[in-house]
Amino acid sequence: MAAFLDMGGYAAFVWPAWILSAVVVASIAMTSVRRLKSLERELAEVENGRGERP
Amino acid sequence: MNWHRYASPANFKRLSDRLMPWTAGGAAVFLAIGVWTGLFASPADYQQGETVRIMYVHVPAAWMSMFVYANLAVAGAAALVWRHPLAEVAGRAIAPVGAAFTFLCLVTGSLWGKPMWGTWWVWDARLTSVLILFFVYLAYMALNSAFDEPERGARASAVLALVGAINLPIIKFSVDWWNTLHQPASITRLDAPAVDPSMLVPLFAMAVGFTFFFLAVALVRIRAELLERRLEALRHARVAGSTIVERA
Amino acid sequence: MKLPRARTAKRRRLMILLLAGLGLGTAAALTLTAFDDHLVFFHTPSDIAAHKVPVDRQMRIGGLVEEGSVERVSGSATIRFRVTDLEHAIPVTYEGVLPDLFREGQGVVANGKLGADGTFRANEVLAKHDENYMPAEVAEALKRAGRWQEGAAKPK
Repeated sequence: MAAFLDMGGYAAFVWPAWILSAVVVASIAMTSVRRLKSLERELAEVENGRGERP
Repeated sequence: MNWHRYASPANFKRLSDRLMPWTAGGAAVFLAIGVWTGLFASPADYQQGETVRIMYVHVPAAWMSMFVYANLAVAGAAALVWRHPLAEVAGRAIAPVGAAFTFLCLVTGSLWGKPMWGTWWVWDARLTSVLILFFVYLAYMALNSAFDEPERGARASAVLALVGAINLPIIKFSVDWWNTLHQPASITRLDAPAVDPSMLVPLFAMAVGFTFFFLAVALVRIRAELLERRLEALRHARVAGSTIVERA
Repeated sequence: MKLPRARTAKRRRLMILLLAGLGLGTAAALTLTAFDDHLVFFHTPSDIAAHKVPVDRQMRIGGLVEEGSVERVSGSATIRFRVTDLEHAIPVTYEGVLPDLFREGQGVVANGKLGADGTFRANEVLAKHDENYMPAEVAEALKRAGRWQEGAAKPK
């Protein structure tokens, strides 16, 4: 396990590359889905609440 | 084929609902295989040792940066020639994803270059042309949202996307046309690929996973853009409507 | 049903786009051809032997580290080796840390100045690797079978 984490002495390069990739991919997915959900909510409000809001 | 059909938000929603399980599922399956084989179930390189594992994120990210850009250019052409609203929306939706893949390609390449080449960065033709690609993506995004009317932004940025497409063959062939620090292509050689089969598995699994991921995210983002446009239109209509009411 | 007018407008836009693309492509091809010599990242020992490269200026040379040429000067951090493109070779001296991939028979790019004595004094040495990736056992097996030799690929 320690040997695996050490990556043959290149841990400082291999792990940041993979972790950054995971972070970037996950955050694209999350922000995209969140934006869609919030827009769906907003649109539903506007469509249903037509004329009610000032 | 009548593509205009899919431009309506309702139809596009139906299309994307049908495709979503396949694209998102494909991304999950292939990325899982890629992570497993890339980190655990593949050998170290005879020269580069464990740093070869950086290749499994670096090279697919590089392919994606160009694949997404090709899509951006096609969407740009469709937006300019056919004034197709879905094409306008698609370009705006995918540009940040392409920029993110280009950013990943640059950073992971730097993390690979430092231990192997002995430098984080050099201004050779390959690295420089990919950096230019990144800036073109940023310029596209800036130009796209620089106008009040979304159609004008879409048209201006579509022109930029088409002009910037000249960079794609330059990136691809830079390692053949000029001598560079970056090595030539391993996969698209005419003879056998220069990568051992045990290393091709994680490489292609990650590439296919990234592609499915891109498709899934593109569907979500295009839907969001369509909703945004609809929302804008509704609000405009309401503002116009309320002023009429006030005047009356 | 589409109006003929809309169709000709589309066709006109498509033609403009294609013509603009053609013009842009030609311009880019011409520019890149003109730039050709300035876009090289390094010069080869043959370029230098043919006096194609100005001496006594900061520049990069690239090639393979000649087999058996690497020697560490005892009592200092200085390393001597020869860079070859299999036609000509240039002696290089360097003081500093070498990249992990620096090996005899492997590609290398050195940044520095060519002295009047023909020795290249490098202040930076970068390793250039080839496009082959394989596990050590496969490399061993290929070498044993005589099907492939390390650093066999010719540097460009």
